[in-house]
Amino acid sequence: MTTWLAQRLVQSVFVVLVMTAIVFVGVNVIGDPVSILISPDANQQERARIVAEFGLDQPLWSQYLSFLKGTLQGNFGNSFVYGMPALQVILSRMPATMELAIAAILLSVLIGVPLGLYAGLRPHSFFAKFMMAGSILGFSVPLFWLALILIMFFSVYLGWLPASGRGQTVDFLGIGWSFFTWDGLSHLCLPVLTLSIFKISLIMRMVRAGVREVLPQEYIKFARAKGLSRQRLLYVHVLKNIMIPVVTIIGLEFGSLIAFSVVTESIFSWPGMGKLIIDSINVLDRPMIVAYLMIIVFIFVTINLIVDILYTTLDPRVRLSRD
Amino acid sequence: MSAHASSASRSEQDEKLPITETPVRRMVREFMASPLAVSGLVVLSVLSLLAIFGPFIVPQNPYDLMQLDIMDSQLEPGAQSVAGMTYWLGTDDQGRDMLSGIIYGLRTSLGVGVISALVAALIGTSIGIYAAYAGGRTENLIMRVIDLQLSFPTILVALMILAFMGRGVMNVILALIIVEWSTYARTARGVALVERRKEYIEAAESLVIPRWRVLFKHLLPNCLPPLIVIATVQVGRSITLEATLSFLGLGVPITEPSLGLLISNGYQYMLSGKYWISLYPGIMLLVIIVAINLVGDQLRDVVNPRRQA
Repeated sequence: MTTWLAQRLVQSVFVVLVMTAIVFVGVNVIGDPVSILISPDANQQERARIVAEFGLDQPLWSQYLSFLKGTLQGNFGNSFVYGMPALQVILSRMPATMELAIAAILLSVLIGVPLGLYAGLRPHSFFAKFMMAGSILGFSVPLFWLALILIMFFSVYLGWLPASGRGQTVDFLGIGWSFFTWDGLSHLCLPVLTLSIFKISLIMRMVRAGVREVLPQEYIKFARAKGLSRQRLLYVHVLKNIMIPVVTIIGLEFGSLIAFSVVTESIFSWPGMGKLIIDSINVLDRPMIVAYLMIIVFIFVTINLIVDILYTTLDPRVRLSRD
Repeated sequence: MSAHASSASRSEQDEKLPITETPVRRMVREFMASPLAVSGLVVLSVLSLLAIFGPFIVPQNPYDLMQLDIMDSQLEPGAQSVAGMTYWLGTDDQGRDMLSGIIYGLRTSLGVGVISALVAALIGTSIGIYAAYAGGRTENLIMRVIDLQLSFPTILVALMILAFMGRGVMNVILALIIVEWSTYARTARGVALVERRKEYIEAAESLVIPRWRVLFKHLLPNCLPPLIVIATVQVGRSITLEATLSFLGLGVPITEPSLGLLISNGYQYMLSGKYWISLYPGIMLLVIIVAINLVGDQLRDVVNPRRQA
């Protein structure tokens, strides 16, 4: 187990290193940042000063080395737009994105698991069939269009929920959260619902498939024969055994929620990382793009590592085979 | 769902049918057993025809400035134009007929989706089958690259590629190919690993047939069924991804709008109650993707080798 973990860690570090190279090469293919930084009527000296200030006159490999050194120190340079360290700007937006992602995961599990259990236990009921057909729709509907429809219905037509911003936030641990005020919660509703529809469909289908697979097993028959209560059978014997794939998928989907925050945050003007990166791409704010990419790489490598470890701890079969 | 309902009757049919039924015929028959999937296929065929012959049937060429009248902008569905034409789905901010705009958008969306999925399939399958056949270090390296790529969400990878390259139809297709080849490669390798141990490959190898011929003439055709299923679903994913990227302003250019860009154009008018500019292209998008997913779901059931056993 320890050897496996060490190997897995080395592998993760290697992935991060490979990604730094890819990101660096990719970003340097973008058009010359000098042209957007400097006003057309700037004189030659001013140009040279700014080029030297951002190190744009160095050869690529030496830019890469200083980039790698900066990455290790968490220094990606100052944002062209904000004039502050890029990492700092992004980290200040991260809680908003995380709040959205965590709320969406919670909602998906709270709705998806019970629906899946129901559909698995009563597969022929009308409601179960209706939900399964609905989940195909949930899989198919493009996220951004769903967001527009929700805005159209709840904000424009009914006028119940706000369509943009975070609302009133409360400081907790030095960071503002929308989660603790009614106004903030009402602002959370639509973006979280948008992000959740796909995940609810996914989790529901997985739980349903899991229940259908577990129910005919011998140990369920045995537990029934022992005279266990229906509750205990369901929550201990069935639920525990279908949780492994569900936990894995929740981990991986958390990553995709952060990725799709790019879309939801743009539409709902949610001031998180996703909106920030779209704005940065539009003005080619290079340090910002690079810092965002490296944070994303770090987040995903960490998530994959955690999912792997969880998977190993939860499933004795995997654990034993790796010992 | 419907697959479950019909599976019992299907196995009864299997016993009664003569043994001479070819695998392709069996697949067609099983596919036809699901009314949902068949209706999906019909919808897809109609939409494809609409996309191909679109320019001949649209009421108005939305990109011919001579045919546009700015007085007609933002008209409601069913309104009459200055010239007396009826706009069944309304007009956008430039006074373009939405129906014609959607048919043109359909061309771009379907075109980008199908082309990128096909090219990605070609590249991914070749690499996957080669990996399985070569084995050893080559296979290991290819699989590492695939794992690396699949551990990041496609939308972010595509977003970054387009951020580096700028918008454009070819750039979108290229970005979609780059994010999608790995899915095909992984599946192709998996299938090929099973197939290559079978006797017909051994037989082909013992005749002195060139290696590429064994790969592409013998191994490839037998790996195709699951890859066709993936390709179907991937066309849907490509269309969604392209629409999302275009919506974010990183996809196709304004001169060749796809459904995603049409939705994005209408987005700013939605808050003032002009719903039709975004709503109808979105419904078209949803119909395509649901149809593709229905067909793909049924294909998966039909092709799945576990069900045949």
